[in-house]
Amino acid sequence: MDSTICAVSTAIGSGAISIIRCSGKDAIKIVNSVFSGVNLEKVLSHTIHYGFINFKNEKIDEVLVSVMRSPKTFTTEDIVEINSHGGIATTNKILEILLTSGCKLAEAGEFTKRAFLNGRIDLLEAEAVGDLILSETENSRKLAINQITGSLSHKINNIRQKLISLQANIEVNIDYPEYDDILVLTAEILKPTLTSITGELQRLLVDSKNGKIIKNGLDVAIIGQPNVGKSSILNALLEENKAIVTNIPGTTRDIVEGKISLNGIILNIIDTAGLRVTSDQVEKIGVEKSREICNLADLIIYVIDNTTKNIFEDLKYLKTLSHKPAIVFINKDDKNSNIKTSELKDYQFVFGNTIKTSGLNNLKNKIVEIFNLEELETKDFSYLSSARQISLVSKAISVIEEALKALENGASIDLISIDIKKCYELLGEIVGETYKEDLLDELFSKFCLGK
Amino acid sequence: MKYDIIVVGGGHAGCEAAHATSKLGHKTALITGNINNIADMPCNPSIGGTAKGIVVREIDALGGLMGKIADQSHIQLKMLNNSKGPAVRSLRAQADKITYPKIMLETLQTLSNLNIIEAMVKKILVKKSKIEGIELEDGTKYFCNALILTTGTYLKSKILIGCDIKEEGPHGEKSSYFLSESLKEQGFELLRLKTGTPQRIDRKTIDFDKIKAEEGDKTHWSFSFDTIPTYDVHNQEKCYITYTNDKTHKIINDNLKKSAMYSGNIKGTGTRYCPSIEDKIVRFADKERHQLFLEPESLYYDDMYLQGFSTSMPIAVQEEMVKSLPGLENAKILQYAYAIEYDAINPLQLKPSLETKLIENLFTAGQINGTSGYEEAASQGLIAGINASRKLTNQEAFILKRNEAYIGVLIDDLVTKGTLEPYRLLTSRAEFRLILRHDNADLRLREHGYKIGLIDQKRYDRLLEKKANINNLISKLKTKKLTKSNIPSAILKKLNIETLNTGYSLYEFAKRPEIKLNDYFNANIIDNWPNEIVEAVEFHIKYEGYIAKTYKEVEKMLKLEEKQIPANINYDNIKNIASEAKEKLKKIKPLNIAQASRISGVNPVDISLLVIYLKKEYGKNE
Repeated sequence: MDSTICAVSTAIGSGAISIIRCSGKDAIKIVNSVFSGVNLEKVLSHTIHYGFINFKNEKIDEVLVSVMRSPKTFTTEDIVEINSHGGIATTNKILEILLTSGCKLAEAGEFTKRAFLNGRIDLLEAEAVGDLILSETENSRKLAINQITGSLSHKINNIRQKLISLQANIEVNIDYPEYDDILVLTAEILKPTLTSITGELQRLLVDSKNGKIIKNGLDVAIIGQPNVGKSSILNALLEENKAIVTNIPGTTRDIVEGKISLNGIILNIIDTAGLRVTSDQVEKIGVEKSREICNLADLIIYVIDNTTKNIFEDLKYLKTLSHKPAIVFINKDDKNSNIKTSELKDYQFVFGNTIKTSGLNNLKNKIVEIFNLEELETKDFSYLSSARQISLVSKAISVIEEALKALENGASIDLISIDIKKCYELLGEIVGETYKEDLLDELFSKFCLGK
Repeated sequence: MKYDIIVVGGGHAGCEAAHATSKLGHKTALITGNINNIADMPCNPSIGGTAKGIVVREIDALGGLMGKIADQSHIQLKMLNNSKGPAVRSLRAQADKITYPKIMLETLQTLSNLNIIEAMVKKILVKKSKIEGIELEDGTKYFCNALILTTGTYLKSKILIGCDIKEEGPHGEKSSYFLSESLKEQGFELLRLKTGTPQRIDRKTIDFDKIKAEEGDKTHWSFSFDTIPTYDVHNQEKCYITYTNDKTHKIINDNLKKSAMYSGNIKGTGTRYCPSIEDKIVRFADKERHQLFLEPESLYYDDMYLQGFSTSMPIAVQEEMVKSLPGLENAKILQYAYAIEYDAINPLQLKPSLETKLIENLFTAGQINGTSGYEEAASQGLIAGINASRKLTNQEAFILKRNEAYIGVLIDDLVTKGTLEPYRLLTSRAEFRLILRHDNADLRLREHGYKIGLIDQKRYDRLLEKKANINNLISKLKTKKLTKSNIPSAILKKLNIETLNTGYSLYEFAKRPEIKLNDYFNANIIDNWPNEIVEAVEFHIKYEGYIAKTYKEVEKMLKLEEKQIPANINYDNIKNIASEAKEKLKKIKPLNIAQASRISGVNPVDISLLVIYLKKEYGKNE
């Protein structure tokens, strides 16, 4: 119970707000580290504070944070509750941030379990919840293992197998240094192997993003100056897909104007206010709002009028969003243009119009190309599905990256083995296996040693 | 006749045990079948090696004998793994098989509280589950308050060479049949284990031109923190390396049925760490050759130990096998390889103090507990000796944790996980090996040794001085700064930079892989320090990050160790716990949650059930 745990305490996806609860001795410290506003470590107990959750200089959400200090809390530990906007994407993102900042994902019933173990609820209550907690723990564990069936656990096990082979080799080098027939693992051998393992883990993360795309679709924001034809594009896209045109609350807290299906993948189209760099206060807020939407979107369609006089000025805003996948769509290609394509060489761009039915084909093809949608459609459905799994893989990657850095600095093999073991354990948590006797078995089944 | 403590068996465990108890003021008897076999080395002629070398240092830090005597009797000394990192460095000595036992016997004979008795023990005497004494085969009885059994491989031992089976122990000594029966009668569960030893070759018949020599290090080393080494580094004995070949493999394959291992004559469980050569050839059929070592046993006779070639083939086949090896074409075998089978008690029946759970004041140590190796035996002997003596003076048992010593790892593994084969220490068994190093064994353990009473004031003061020196050097490195104006050009060159923009302390610079503390000494920035201080400080600076990671893991374990499990717990009362876990917990009786979580077959869910039960039953006072 020394860890700090967190979980989403409200039902995900429905409701205007979500509450993410965090309990444990570092709860305040961890939340404070991702919170901009007052210093939560200095506030009074049982108070609520306004601010933002930030991650890597990016504003994730505008939130209210309640700080409750031990012992007068549900678990008797320090508790922080984050009230965020209710969408799945935002809520999950905040949870992920907390997980990478040092929280552990709470197991089912763990807050109640802590409340009991810390003497917050009495024996009678505890006995009643006891069975529940335990069956939930058991089930959730089984569930976690069963969930990852087939190819994902196969992939993870493959990587673990590589790690334990390396580890066994290192152990043999250390424990039997005088055998000259055995390959001695050196930095030169380890580096490429570890690099390729990081690559495989990175691919798992990418696949998990694809998994999300399959499940939730892509959030696409259409932005541009006023009167470049954003609404016509939206309407033209939706025209062909009338069946699914609705005003459905989307995966972000913003209103999705409509959904279309492209190669079997849902595109959640989000319309935005027009852009204009301005000193007008009201308009400024509108622009700020568009930026927020762009930050949350998976893809930006940046619309430019084919007849524009000043493409440099038009592209100015897009430049500030350079970290997002974006397509520059040059609308009204039926009209004469002054645009030189060389001016667009830094961007993905397509021409098109909303007059002909085929006018948006280039745009659609480009989306398919960027997200590899054709391949996605045929891809198997195995991916890291929970924030816990993603956080474990991210941690595993950073551990191996540390090892690579250490190798670069001339660290000896016995130190690197600490990282390899850690990575092995982290991946083991995903497939429900822990580090026990398997290393020795591996060692003695592979190497021929002894008097 | 009555003693405070009786030790049965004069091997490495028995010697350390008897030394410790008599030093701690207990009238002790050491009973051995043959006084000439005190501290005998019936197998390999080396002391130390990976992990084991660190154990020898730990023994020394606690006040045991092995390191000190190895320092006086080695004929070659080497630091293993020098290039693989400071955490896994380990000393290995070729110990003279005549000198080591001789000095051990002489040392024991000087102890005023110790009597050495030559006799065979028939049974242990127990009254109301408490030890009373022993009875010899001739019927004589000796009484004692505590008994330490360190009988090695002598319990019902059988020596097998091919189909030839002899009921005896190593060196033709008498096997102890009755004692094994006596333990069984008292309710002990016995294991049947197997190990083996290779041929000894006459040095005069080896063609040394055909094989590669392995020399000792040209640097001075010592096991003991108190030894000042003076031996001649240029005048050390050599070891040699040779290899098996197609011909050897064919001989073995053609004769497999004659091997005791493959003919079904051996029932004991062999060890993965010392497989016989026939085992290696069968299991690793695609391997073209196997490496073998020839190691000198002593300056006083000609036996060379053929490490890697242990076998239970008949004599005639062994002759052929040996002669197929390069350099050994004309070799004369002085002693044939043999397999040995013996009884051991299941170590799960032991407490971490090495006292048996069944019989109060009965302790066991060494191969009887299922381990293999001189160092493993000696360290257990020391701990059993310390704990027997503490028990008699009503002091708390001395238990080393896994983060404190390899000895702690060894004993915790034995009493928590048990073993099905002779247990050997490996660095990979120690999850915190980064902090269980060769160089810091004294920093880790000497204070314990002092408090226990096996380390005298003078030796303890030396430890305090070392600690002070380490802190002193660290603070000097932290205070002294290098700036653009005073940085020596040699250091700039090492760093591969033209000039320095901001100043840093020597300490911060030393974190860089390019910079060694020696560079500072060479550049006369600060005064030189003794090697052991430099080594310790350099490690501390360079590996700060990894050390911190390790301590984080240690902290996790210690938190769980604090959660004690009461001795009177009834596991049947815990609902939902898996039945396998329940059986294991009942048998092993873990002392705390950390130990419980290391038992194989006890899963995390079982542990959380156990924790909840403890909270419920024993409230908040745990």
